[in-house]
Order: sequence, then structure tokens, then C-alpha cells
Amino acid sequence: MLMAAIVLAATLFLPFVVVKPNRILQGQGRSLAESLAPWAGTALTLALLLVALSLIFRLPTGVKLVITMVSLAATILALGGAAHAQLPPGNSYARVSPGSGFWLLLFGLSLATIDVIARLKPSPQFRLLLLLIAAIVIGGIFASGILSEISVIKEYSNRSDAFWAEMRRHVTLALGSMCLAFVLGVPIGVLCNRVKWLRASALNTLNILQTVPSIALFGLLILPLGWIAANIPGASAIGIAGIGVAPAFVALVLYSLLPVVANTVAGLENVPREANDAARGAGMTDMQRLVSIEFPLTFPSLLAAVRIVLIQNIGMATIAALIGGGGMGVFVFQGLGQSAMDLVLLGALPTVAMSFIAAIILGALVDFSTSPGTEARSA
Amino acid sequence: MKFWPLIPRLILLSLLIAFLVSPESFEFLFKPLVQANAPAIYNQGSLASLTLLHVRMVFFATCAATIVAVALAILVTRPFGAEFLPLARTVVNIGQTFPPVAVLALAVPAMGFGNGPTLVALFLYALLPVFENTMTALTTVPRAISDAAKGNGMTALQTFWQVELPLSLPMIVGGIKISTVIGFGTATIGSTVAAKTLGEVIIAGLNSNNLAFILQGALLVAALAILVFDLLSMLERSLMKWKAA
Repeated sequence: MLMAAIVLAATLFLPFVVVKPNRILQGQGRSLAESLAPWAGTALTLALLLVALSLIFRLPTGVKLVITMVSLAATILALGGAAHAQLPPGNSYARVSPGSGFWLLLFGLSLATIDVIARLKPSPQFRLLLLLIAAIVIGGIFASGILSEISVIKEYSNRSDAFWAEMRRHVTLALGSMCLAFVLGVPIGVLCNRVKWLRASALNTLNILQTVPSIALFGLLILPLGWIAANIPGASAIGIAGIGVAPAFVALVLYSLLPVVANTVAGLENVPREANDAARGAGMTDMQRLVSIEFPLTFPSLLAAVRIVLIQNIGMATIAALIGGGGMGVFVFQGLGQSAMDLVLLGALPTVAMSFIAAIILGALVDFSTSPGTEARSA
Repeated sequence: MKFWPLIPRLILLSLLIAFLVSPESFEFLFKPLVQANAPAIYNQGSLASLTLLHVRMVFFATCAATIVAVALAILVTRPFGAEFLPLARTVVNIGQTFPPVAVLALAVPAMGFGNGPTLVALFLYALLPVFENTMTALTTVPRAISDAAKGNGMTALQTFWQVELPLSLPMIVGGIKISTVIGFGTATIGSTVAAKTLGEVIIAGLNSNNLAFILQGALLVAALAILVFDLLSMLERSLMKWKAA
């Protein structure tokens, strides 16, 4: 009901696109019906009304899923069409941005889609399949050039090389720091499990570390890393420096350690005593037991840690831009500085998309790894 | 409650207050971190007032979020709201994947620079832990207890006010605790969109390459977060005891 109302309000009353004389000035709103060719605008408005109605009635969930997904795609296509129709020919400064109507429509339809998917109680395989379909459709829309006149895409095509370079930097930062955090964190977790007095102090230290605000931690690492670069031979040769990627990388590793260590400890604690006793009885050494009994049983808990850490890192890597560490934050902060909101979107939307994709894939993997009966317990 | 574990916190609290009242007397600690003629203590505004603004912002956002989240959680755990439970759960999970900087940046076009976007981001991030904890607490009230209440002739409303809600309080406070700690960090990031918080001190330090500023901002935020975390933990424990009694 509520969702249907959102969809209706968005199509009828709010501006679907905003036409601006250039990339910084405020623009003028145009509703969905105004912004496309007359026949197309009217037809789409009617179609969306029908969609809103269909959401109220009881239809098979599968049918609803198809309806919502098709209307999502149609909304995005309409945005592209509107931009082509609204842009004055030959004016390369004018910009067409998505308006509040578009965002609300997107929000309402996504909510409806999510609701339908949640009701289907999809298996992990099905969730991955849906993600794949969505990725192909959205990729196809981008590749087709229909969206090429949208302001955000224009910002992109003006700096597509920089975009992909920063994207690679962002992913490297997030994934690389996660890998290092696991290499360091899992042994610490095992040690905390074996040596009881170490446990409380290690977890407390990491907890306190998490309360240091991320911007500050990035900044504080400038000094020690700068000192290392200046005083330890060879350090600067492998890329350690006071500003740039190095402090960002170290900060992300530090933040990732808590979930990794905590989940390792929690996972090891949940290994049934019988399993360990049986292994000892079979004459396994401590090391053999760790590798062949405890790690496999701890795996779901570690996977849950991968999920937490990866989402956290993708978000936090945006802040790296403040200390010259690169990543998608470069566009966000540049955009904020020039008050060019399209540039902000160019940085923020891919970040949101990345964490969203990571959440879906890892959520499905976590479900795969927990066979019925053994529930993953994450900290 | 034993007295000894309180001592480190009291020391931290008195240090915090002493630093805010008279930052200059701590100058000798920060002097080695800066170049000879750079200021060692933040000089573009009062640290105490920024701290108050920071705390106030986190407080208001967390309060608003707590009211909304608890109300929502109560709604979806009632029989008439059960239909929205899967949706609420999924939305909450998805909300958690949105990066803070992205939320702040996306709120700017709608609300302009200043405190607005930060309040929105704080509110959104505070919603999730409180909602999740309240929902878990309400759905895990032992069946035997609510049945006993019903057997005593209590109405559904009475059972809720006198049995279910009191039993859930410690976990709700636990959720508020997580929200507040996240909030202190997020409010700091808010200064990138010109919110008046301690983040200003840190960003001033980053811009002028002044390590002392960064450290002051970081220590203040961390100390606040730790103290509030401890305070709420104490509240949580005493509620737990009260619940057991």
C-alpha cells in the first residue's frame, strides 16, 4: 500500500528529471509526462499506475517479481530517454540530472522488489542468479548508450580513465587490507583461543581501536609511517610513505582486525568438545587438529567475518581520499568541493553498488557454508 | 558493584574534563608533534563547545532513532504487523551496507551543507542496531513466561507493558550502546560536509598537516565513545540484575 502510494506520488507530482544550464547551477524540474515525448510520457505514467495497482492486489509472488523488475528497468530507460529529449541540441554545458521523482520511484520500486524477493525466501543459488540477471540488464543499459546524456554519465565520460584507476585502487585497498587482516587476525584469534589471559586484553585493545574515528586514524598513521619511510632503508622503495596509500591501507587493516579476531575466537569456541576429544583420541597432534577439525568447523564464522570486513572496508576506503590514498572518495570530495553533485554521485553510487554486490554474494556464500543444523554464530 | 574497575574510567573522565576546561595546560604533550611555529592546541574554535555540539548531535540522533526503531520493532512483532517482518528485516540489512560517506554525500543535494546530512546519516545508522536488538529481544521472550502472564488473566497489552518490554530492556540498551559508538565515529565524518563536530579539528589538522590537531580530535572522540559505552554497559548490567530479581 505504502509503496504503491510512493510510486503514484513520484510519477504524478515530483520532477522526474532536472534540467540545469550547467553542471553547478540549480535546475528546473520536469515531471515524467513532460520530460518524454508526449505519447511516451503518457503511456509510461499509465503503465506505472497499473504497476502501483498490481502491487496492491494479490497476485502470485513470481508474477509480482517480474512486474517490479521490469518496471525498475523501464524507469532507468525512461531516465535515459528523458535526457535525450530534454537536452537542448548543440549545448554542451547543459546537464540533465535525475530528479527527486526518479529517486523516489527507484526507491519505491526497489522496496517492492525487495519485499517480493523476501517473501519468496529465495535459496542462495536463486539470489545469485537474480544478481547476475540484474547485473547483465544494468550493464546492457549502460553499454547501449541510452543513458549517455545523463549528467552523471557525462561526468564519467569526461574522466573515464581516472574513474577506472580509482576504482581499481578502491578495490585493491578494500580487498588487500582484508587479506592482510586475515593473515594477521586468524593466528591472533587461534592464540586467544589457546591462551585465555590474552583473550580479554586483545579483544579490549581492538575494541578501543574501533572507537578511534576513521578520519583520525588515517591522519594519525601519517607520522609513524613517515618516520619508517625516512629511517628504515628499503621501506620507501616498497611504497611505504607518510601520505597516500600506505596509511590508508594500514588503517583499514587495523579496523578489520576486530571482526576477524572476534569471529575466529567465537568460531573456535563453538567447535563441539566431542569433535576435539575424538580427534585427540585418534592421536592427532594439536596442529593436525587445528587444520583438519577446527578450521573446517570455524569456516562459516570466518566467512561471516569476510562479509563484515569487506562491507566495512568498501565504505571506509572512500575516506582514504582525504589523505591522498585515492579510491572513489576522490570524486566524492572533489564533487563536494566544487559543489558539483553529479560528480559526488559518480563517486558515491559505485561505492554503494560495490558494497551491495559484496553483501549479496557473501550473504549467499555464508548460507551455502552453513549446512542445516550447524548455524553460523558470528560475533 | 565493585569500585576498582571504575578507577580507570574516572581517571579518563577527569582527564577529559581537565583537557576541555584548560587545553593550554596540556600543550607540553602536543608540542613535540608540531613544527616549531605551528600551534600545538586547536585554535580555530573552542574544543569544549565543539565537544558539546558533537555529543548533542549524537544524542539527538540516537534518541530519535531509538524511538522510531523501538516503535517499528514493536509493530512488526505484533500479530497485525507480522506481514512486514521479512521486509523490515531485509531493509535493515541493506541499510547497513550503505557506506557512511555515500549517505552523507547523497544527502547533501537534498539538505545542503551543514548539520542536516550528518543528522540523517547518524539517524539511519543508529536505527539498525536498536531495531535488530529490540526485535530479537521481543521475539525471544520465553514462551512459558508470556503464557503464564496470559494464564494470570493479563490482556495482550498488559503482557506487553508489564512482561515483554521490561524483559527486553537490557537488549534494547545494548542496541543503543552500539548505535552511540557508531554515531560518535560517523559524526566525525560529518565534518567533511561542514557539520559542527570534533571532526572539524581532525580535518583542520589534515589540511594544515598538524598532527597535534588530529590527535586531539581523535583522543576526544575516542574518550567520549569509551565513556558512553561504559556508562551504557553499566545501565545494561543493572537492568539485567533488575530483570533477574
